[in-house]
Amino acid sequence: MNKIWLVIKREYLTRVRNKTFILSTILLPLFFIGFIFASAYFSISSHENQKIAVADSSGIFKNSFQSSDLITYEYPSDVNADNFKEKGYSAFLKIPEDYNSGNDSISLISTKQLGIDAEDKIKDEINDAIRNQAFLKNNIDKKVLDSINKIDEDGMYKFRTVVKQGSKTEKSNAELSYGIGYGSGFLIYITLFIYGAAVMRGVMEEKMNRIAEVIISSVKPFQLMLGKILGIAAVGLTQLLIWIVLIVLLSSVSTSLFSADTLQHAQAMNSTMGAAGNSSAAMNFLNAKSTFLSANWGLIIPCFLFYFVAGYLFYASLFAAVGSVVNEDPQEAQSLMLPITMPIILSFVIMTTAVGKPDSPIAVWASIIPFSSPIVMMGRIPSGNVPAWQIIVSMLSLVAGFVLTTMLAAKIYRTGILLYGKKVTFREMGKWLFRKG
Amino acid sequence: MVILELQHLKKYYATHKAVDDISFSIPQGSIFGLLGPNGAGKTTLLRMITGIFYPDSGQIFFEGKKFNPEDDIAKIGYMPEERGLYKKMKIGEQALYLAMLKGMSRRDAMKKIKEWFVKFGMESWWNKKVNDLSKGMGQKLQFVITVLHEPKLLILDEPFSGLDPVNSNLIKDVIFKLAQNGTTIIFSTHRMEQVEEICNNIVLVNNGKKILDGTVKQVKDDFKEHIFKIGFDELPESFSSSAFDIVDSKENSFIVKIRDENKPANVLQEFLNHRAQIISFNEVLPSLNEIFIKVAGTKN
Repeated sequence: MNKIWLVIKREYLTRVRNKTFILSTILLPLFFIGFIFASAYFSISSHENQKIAVADSSGIFKNSFQSSDLITYEYPSDVNADNFKEKGYSAFLKIPEDYNSGNDSISLISTKQLGIDAEDKIKDEINDAIRNQAFLKNNIDKKVLDSINKIDEDGMYKFRTVVKQGSKTEKSNAELSYGIGYGSGFLIYITLFIYGAAVMRGVMEEKMNRIAEVIISSVKPFQLMLGKILGIAAVGLTQLLIWIVLIVLLSSVSTSLFSADTLQHAQAMNSTMGAAGNSSAAMNFLNAKSTFLSANWGLIIPCFLFYFVAGYLFYASLFAAVGSVVNEDPQEAQSLMLPITMPIILSFVIMTTAVGKPDSPIAVWASIIPFSSPIVMMGRIPSGNVPAWQIIVSMLSLVAGFVLTTMLAAKIYRTGILLYGKKVTFREMGKWLFRKG
Repeated sequence: MVILELQHLKKYYATHKAVDDISFSIPQGSIFGLLGPNGAGKTTLLRMITGIFYPDSGQIFFEGKKFNPEDDIAKIGYMPEERGLYKKMKIGEQALYLAMLKGMSRRDAMKKIKEWFVKFGMESWWNKKVNDLSKGMGQKLQFVITVLHEPKLLILDEPFSGLDPVNSNLIKDVIFKLAQNGTTIIFSTHRMEQVEEICNNIVLVNNGKKILDGTVKQVKDDFKEHIFKIGFDELPESFSSSAFDIVDSKENSFIVKIRDENKPANVLQEFLNHRAQIISFNEVLPSLNEIFIKVAGTKN
């Protein structure tokens, strides 16, 4: 209707023209990308080389430790637990003669923690050395042993998972679907709060400014509420669209940065050194990108948009109802919001388990019931094995759900928006729901 | 012609009866005073007339037909007691938005806004925000926004509160001019003295009930107590008369109450007989305030 359209337009334009909107829309993806680069940078820079002094009283580990770019092993004779620091070692690995007797243990002595990565690597080296020692002791030929050890090191085999449904087989990638499910569920969770709170604040503003009464003498309360909800939905979609465009732009920029020289170099290395050589950053990036593109985006994107909008519509009217009954006191809003925020938080918790076990009964039910379905279903869909009927039932009940919440919320809103100075209880709101006229 | 007729309107809240069986009608083109103390039910009544609330029972007729908020709302302008505007929205855009919500086209709204802004000396306000305005300026803006769409029925809830005398007069003049051009105005207030100079018709409500209604003159006539004020330069001798009682006496004036069937002329004659040098003689009518206190007191 014409009046709702006017309200939508005002809500949309005043928000989109707002400086905070423009800044947050542009800065957020930049922060996000910056965060990724920063964490990548720090994870690389923390990999400084550690020199370990090994004192091997058993004599069997000598030269069986492989130095890497992370850890260098040396076997000096004049270093002990007290002076390794002065001699320039970051740790002292003490292997007693009867390390496997149970009375004694292999100990790694350092002045500060070496870090989980380094400690794991050292433990692996020790395990490998002990295992190799055991094989050799039992008369396994050294050559045979070397070739066996080479099997997984060289990646002589490749592992992939395939999901077979009838005649259709798909390459599956559990980690990827986990990531996409978690990411999209989280995004819906966050946006429910951001835009829901925006609706609530907008309603509160109109009530506090007392403009509600002026407007309600021109439009029905329901039209005002719906206009606000739809206007903010349009703002949310605009923001999402801008983010998608920015991310696509930035990722294509970064691809072009990695391409040309780096890529040729990486491919050259790849062909000369075999599969083991593809550890360069560019190859990793390209691999990640192709895996990323392998996800079922044709299903995920439409579903995401649906649950993003419908989930918002389900909760937005409830936020509007809360905004309408709040008086000056923001504390009041907090306690009134509890019944809305609890199911959202609970859905998020269910979603975090649903991405790991998409077919567990709780995940299935929570993805169908409207209160939790927007978040939980998005956690399940990328796994690719959600039956179509479940998606359809979930979508239909969410649509029915938001029609119902909007109708109920409108009844509270209509009374609350003009009620001042009185603290409203849930009991009273309950009465408003069943009042006619 | 009657523009608005209310029949047995009722609106009950959980704790009290805000409007309890009120009926009255408002002639077109009149300035109609809705009077009553705070909490009498005026705002609830106005909200029903503006379609914000539905009455629990009773009926409203607008221009002879059953009131249909959906259509009739565009013909009504309502300025609530608590003024409200978007604080951060530009004033021009805000006026445009609210006018269009009343169903005006963009072009008509622009034209009208410009006319009124010129009339009220607000041309430079277009790009300002409400936050930048003083309280009085905000009042003026709110008034302009209420009349922009040329409503047939204009409802003003305490329109002069917070206005200085200059701006009060400005708005008063506009109200008179609108009424001359056929706009019906409902003027709701608890300040009785304002009503006497502006309104033709009034209705008085208290505790959700109608106490009385009629033209201001008629109401005052109904409650007059035959009290007259006589001013004189000189009164040579004191005297008493069976025609009146002296209620109050000052050096140069008496306030007298006429007894029984006597006429004002008899009183005047008595004074003349005693060679009083009379310079004024006029009836003292009760103020609406006095009438209200009297009526509200007896009805309770």
